[in-house]
Amino acid sequence: MALHNILTSTGDWLGGDGPHHQIVVSSRVRLARNLGNFPFPGWAKKNERLQILEAIKPQVELLPEMSDAFSVYSQDLSALEKQVLVERHLISREHAAKGLGSAVVMNRRQTLSIMINEEDHLRMQAIRSGLQLKSVFKMIDKLDSLLEERLDFAFSPQLGYLTACPTNVGTGMRASAMVHLPALVLSEQINQVIQAVNKIGLAVRGLYGEGTEALGNLFQVSNQTTLGEKEEDIIARLHKVIEQIIEHEQNARQMLLQKRPNTLLDNIGRGYGILQHAYSMNSKEALNLLSFMKLGIDLGFFPEPCRQPVDELFMETQPAHLQKGTSQKLAADERDSLRAEIIRSKLAAFPKPSVGSGGPGNGASHSSAN
Amino acid sequence: MNCDACKASQATVFLTQIVDGKMQKVNLCEACSKEKGVTDPTGFALADLLLGLGAAQEMERGGTVQKCPTCGFSQADFKKTGRLGCGACYQTFSEGLATLLKGMHKGTEHIGKIPARALQSIQRDSQVRTLQRDLRKAVAAEDYESAARLRDQLKQF
Ligand SMILES: [Zn+2]
Ligand SMILES: [Zn+2]
Repeated sequence: MALHNILTSTGDWLGGDGPHHQIVVSSRVRLARNLGNFPFPGWAKKNERLQILEAIKPQVELLPEMSDAFSVYSQDLSALEKQVLVERHLISREHAAKGLGSAVVMNRRQTLSIMINEEDHLRMQAIRSGLQLKSVFKMIDKLDSLLEERLDFAFSPQLGYLTACPTNVGTGMRASAMVHLPALVLSEQINQVIQAVNKIGLAVRGLYGEGTEALGNLFQVSNQTTLGEKEEDIIARLHKVIEQIIEHEQNARQMLLQKRPNTLLDNIGRGYGILQHAYSMNSKEALNLLSFMKLGIDLGFFPEPCRQPVDELFMETQPAHLQKGTSQKLAADERDSLRAEIIRSKLAAFPKPSVGSGGPGNGASHSSAN
Repeated sequence: MNCDACKASQATVFLTQIVDGKMQKVNLCEACSKEKGVTDPTGFALADLLLGLGAAQEMERGGTVQKCPTCGFSQADFKKTGRLGCGACYQTFSEGLATLLKGMHKGTEHIGKIPARALQSIQRDSQVRTLQRDLRKAVAAEDYESAARLRDQLKQF
């Protein structure tokens, strides 16, 4: 199947219909595996990397889950195509930098993606919308079991699956959930939450942006350790913590609605106004304003059909996604104009935020016309 | 302030993360932060990076072996990359890695999934050990009938 077909469809996990999908954008589990009789990719010589690739790729393509797969050598992807795949979370930034000797195989629904010769010989991921870590783990675990019937994985009874980096040894598993936490950010409780989660050995970081900055109020929560704990226990622990984070976020939303409704409405209203009328917008501003639109939909200020277009904009306004739609190379300012244009056209038909009864903004949408 | 990774360029990306209640700071230059995939949202890179920087020093203190006989990877290489050369490196550098893994993970023993193939050989090993133990017992007890039977069973492995 052609990459073109993959890229024109948005992928199942972006569909946004999993459990708790309002707050949990997606759940993902990744497994790192290596062949026993070869050096890790970073230390292997070029001809060894090619041997590894030819040992693994046909076996991956034979998997029943990959019968409709898109399978390609890294050197056959353009820089832009790789960047689009990075923005879709289908390959890592590190993998995008690879050329000869690496490959990626993904299913049509974009729920499974297998990188060959990334940092490890195999990095296999499953991703789905909403909070469904358990089923996502099952998906990738099944794939792993099928592959290990045909491939000899580096494994030590004491240390488990051996990986290039000691931080991944043991289960070789990274499970994560992408969560949208605008109310915790607005009410300045987010740092407390992050610290509490860190204390129990899970990591929280902003999805976009560097350091502590979290653009679009999107965070990724993942397990930090991989040795000394069973896969199912790691998943269960993470699941429980995510449920608690959801509860905190929901409480924070209720608190804002009751105690600081104007702060909330101001952010949502400004987001709506600027997104609908801007002619130039960088990706940072877009992510932050789209986050408030998403919150507004969750809170019922916009009708439900507004959800999908907003969710899609998070992805479509990323630099490579903008670029892939046009034939000439866009400069940064041209990208900002195009981004604003796409957002304007998508939001053109959106109604004004309808502020329900009870809040001080009651009837604001009408009185503003007077 | 210089970059923690290359020690040459001016650091422009400052990262802080709280791990097990301890604050960890890493300062990187633009090029290294890109190279290390700090902007990678996938979650692998940053943890690796943060742990990787301290990791090499930890291992240097612990180990005595210089090169992996299987792949030729050295401690100096680990210091440079924060990655190992091959699966056998875990055995080669086990002394230095032990402290490192202890500080990094919840435990020091894998208790998760075992690949079916490895499971077979692990089970076989333990069966062999059991048979050998029983054989020693039988010989000590001068139970030659059992000993002969156990010896036959061991031959089959
Ligand atoms: Zn540097
Ligand atoms: Zn080695």
